[in-house]
Amino acid sequence: MNKYTISGSPHVHSTENTQKIMYRVILALVPALLVALYYFGWYALRLTFVSIAACMLTEWLIQKFLIKGPLTINDGSAALTGLLLAFNVPANLPIWMAIVGSIVAIGVGKMAFGGLGKNPFNPALVGRVFMLVSFPTAMTTWPQAQPIFEKGFFADAVTGPTPLGILKESGVGSLAETGDMQFLDMVLGNRGGAFGEVCAIALLLGAIYLLARRVIEFVTPLTILLTVFIFTGICHLVNPANFIAPWYHLVYGGLILGAFFMATDMVTTPMTIRGKILFGVGVGLITVVIRLWGAYPEGVSFAILIMNAFTPLINKAFKPYVFGVVKPSKK
Amino acid sequence: MNPIKTFPRGGVHPEENKLSAHQPIQDFPMPKQIIVPLGQCLGAPAECIVKKGDRVLTGQLIGTAKGFVSANVHSPATGTVAKVDVVMDHTGYYKPAVFIDREDQDEWIEGYIDTDELITDIKLDSKQIIDKVKECGIVGMGGATFPTHVKLMVPEGKKAEYIIINAAECEPYLTCDFRLLLEKTQEFLVGVKILMKAVNTDKGIIGIEENKMEAIELLDKTINAHRDLYKGIEVQPLKTKYPQGGEKQLIKAVTGREVPSGKLPIETGCVVVNVASTYAIYEAVQKNKPLIERIVTVTGKSVKKPGNFRVRFGTPADLLIEAAGGLPEGITDVINGGPMMGKSVSVTNFPCIKGTSGILLMTLNEAQDRRQTNCIRCGRCAMACPMGLQPFLLHKLAKQNNFDETETNHIMDCIECGSCEFTCPANIPLLDYIRYGKAKTGAIIRARNQK
Ligand code: SF4
Ligand code: SF4
Repeated sequence: MNKYTISGSPHVHSTENTQKIMYRVILALVPALLVALYYFGWYALRLTFVSIAACMLTEWLIQKFLIKGPLTINDGSAALTGLLLAFNVPANLPIWMAIVGSIVAIGVGKMAFGGLGKNPFNPALVGRVFMLVSFPTAMTTWPQAQPIFEKGFFADAVTGPTPLGILKESGVGSLAETGDMQFLDMVLGNRGGAFGEVCAIALLLGAIYLLARRVIEFVTPLTILLTVFIFTGICHLVNPANFIAPWYHLVYGGLILGAFFMATDMVTTPMTIRGKILFGVGVGLITVVIRLWGAYPEGVSFAILIMNAFTPLINKAFKPYVFGVVKPSKK
Repeated sequence: MNPIKTFPRGGVHPEENKLSAHQPIQDFPMPKQIIVPLGQCLGAPAECIVKKGDRVLTGQLIGTAKGFVSANVHSPATGTVAKVDVVMDHTGYYKPAVFIDREDQDEWIEGYIDTDELITDIKLDSKQIIDKVKECGIVGMGGATFPTHVKLMVPEGKKAEYIIINAAECEPYLTCDFRLLLEKTQEFLVGVKILMKAVNTDKGIIGIEENKMEAIELLDKTINAHRDLYKGIEVQPLKTKYPQGGEKQLIKAVTGREVPSGKLPIETGCVVVNVASTYAIYEAVQKNKPLIERIVTVTGKSVKKPGNFRVRFGTPADLLIEAAGGLPEGITDVINGGPMMGKSVSVTNFPCIKGTSGILLMTLNEAQDRRQTNCIRCGRCAMACPMGLQPFLLHKLAKQNNFDETETNHIMDCIECGSCEFTCPANIPLLDYIRYGKAKTGAIIRARNQK
């Protein structure tokens, strides 16, 4: 008599899996990567390749020789961390620094906690903040965007300030004077900055794809953007001489990259809608506070990391309503 | 047609795969010997009242209900009892069963009204109907096999406002209820009337998923054509979403009421009965026919001729598989029921019983990509859970044997629908652990209550 597999129901499953989710996010970052290649040429390519390879290798080595557990490097999550890490640093960063950052991102940010799904902080941001603290000069010397058709693919990078850096250094007036920090340039990516964050259009294109494939939800990014817009808007209305108009805040720095690609990381952000809203508001507020009054010109990474730390608490506080249980009365 | 309704929270949409939707019901011939398990309902198995050598008639009582949540078992054929022994049933365990050597001709029990004509006049009163339902051994035929008469006995102080017919058939692949609605429309509707009379209500609602538009239209048309006969019966189309046919989800979708956690549906004034059971109740009350047969869907993507068969209980499943074109190559999973809540069986020759809604054959590659990774805390399981639970958390707690916290996190509210596991991208066997945790937690609660 034939014997058949005995397994618990359900016997069918959706075709979704972890790997697909990771690769979709990577795919969504490709437009921004192409724009980065256009503006930063060889440097961007080199850096991307090195961080991805370093992240994957670190994970592989740790799993093979330290944990001696199953190897999961092809689940795509290490590659994604490498890509995001590269996106968050200046394109002309010395290669060895990127390698150190990758080792920290995967080793400390992810594997030390037990690997995929167990890390409280976004690994790429852990790596980035580590580099920012360890190599402050290199990490804040930003190359200017210069289209490869004008300067060639291998051209040396010309460094210069980022819009947020200018704001921090010399205030709103200077930005208006220099005249070349136009909104359109900001959106297209023709500016200084971490190479993945410069082109808002390319990033949004990827974000729309992720929203359409339901890999991410709009709640978190939307609340972040709204919070930043409203908060900086109020400041601008109160004192336009000191505070720049809110729409610039949306496209300056790494807000779009952070909001759509890092604040949506499933592992390190809240699960319920209400939790996501609180998370988004938190990220938005902290970002603005750091940008306007903090020591650093940009605060998205810190804001996300700080809110990552609150995620377990938020998850505890905002559980889904259980069917048939009397809803907690609203105050 | 009424506007489409649905339950608000969670749910998934698996591929529907209603392959046999257009196959009319075929009468399936019985084999020489049938093997009738005595345990065909949720509760205790019936107690055998025949012995080797006895001659039994079709419809004759052979096992009496033992305990409150148990149901009578009747002989599905005329013949001689060959032995009373055990057989491996769909659960994979050996269970007591009556083996009957058949005679070719059915000789029915006394009182059976042998007619195919519609009998619309309901002569019995409420109490008599419930007694008849009990006597005829009718259970929930959607798969849960809870004795129907228990549901119909409305407790003191409660009132049944609605009879809700569960015609959602939200399980993929299964089409037995759909076929019955199309082919026995009037009998079914009289069945609904009988149920309404049994619990003294004038409202009956048939909840049915919109992917069965043919049945919705036919029911609407029939009700409109015989207004006075089917007064009070309404057809409520529902969104095609799993688990629309979950009892609590169905009540919520149809009436907007929520069954309180840990309570029975009657708290909301609703009694929910399945389509096949409703038809069986028509036959029991109007024709004096005990529950001895049902419609079984035999299906699967690689099955040559998926179909719907009218099967007497005790017929081995492998004969049905033969009739559907034989066992295809590469079958690794044989499932008793639908793919979401059915149970896998280790053999193909288990006897069909009251709860066998379908026999589903699946190959390994249909079971999808099952590489497991760590939980990535995406929260999709919680989004999919129709009960508002946090499956990833229950899974973790059950794994840690932390049954205090499984209880405070409402593990007992899990309806085991499998939506969480269906949707999990990390392919974690969530429900396996939740089921385990639920069993343990339930045992602890019962022990505590006994003190
Ligand atoms: S099986 Fe239980 S925990 Fe999972 S979705 Fe269904 S009710 Fe929720
Ligand atoms: S769906 Fe799976 S991976 Fe996502 S939170 Fe639930 S258990 Fe974890």
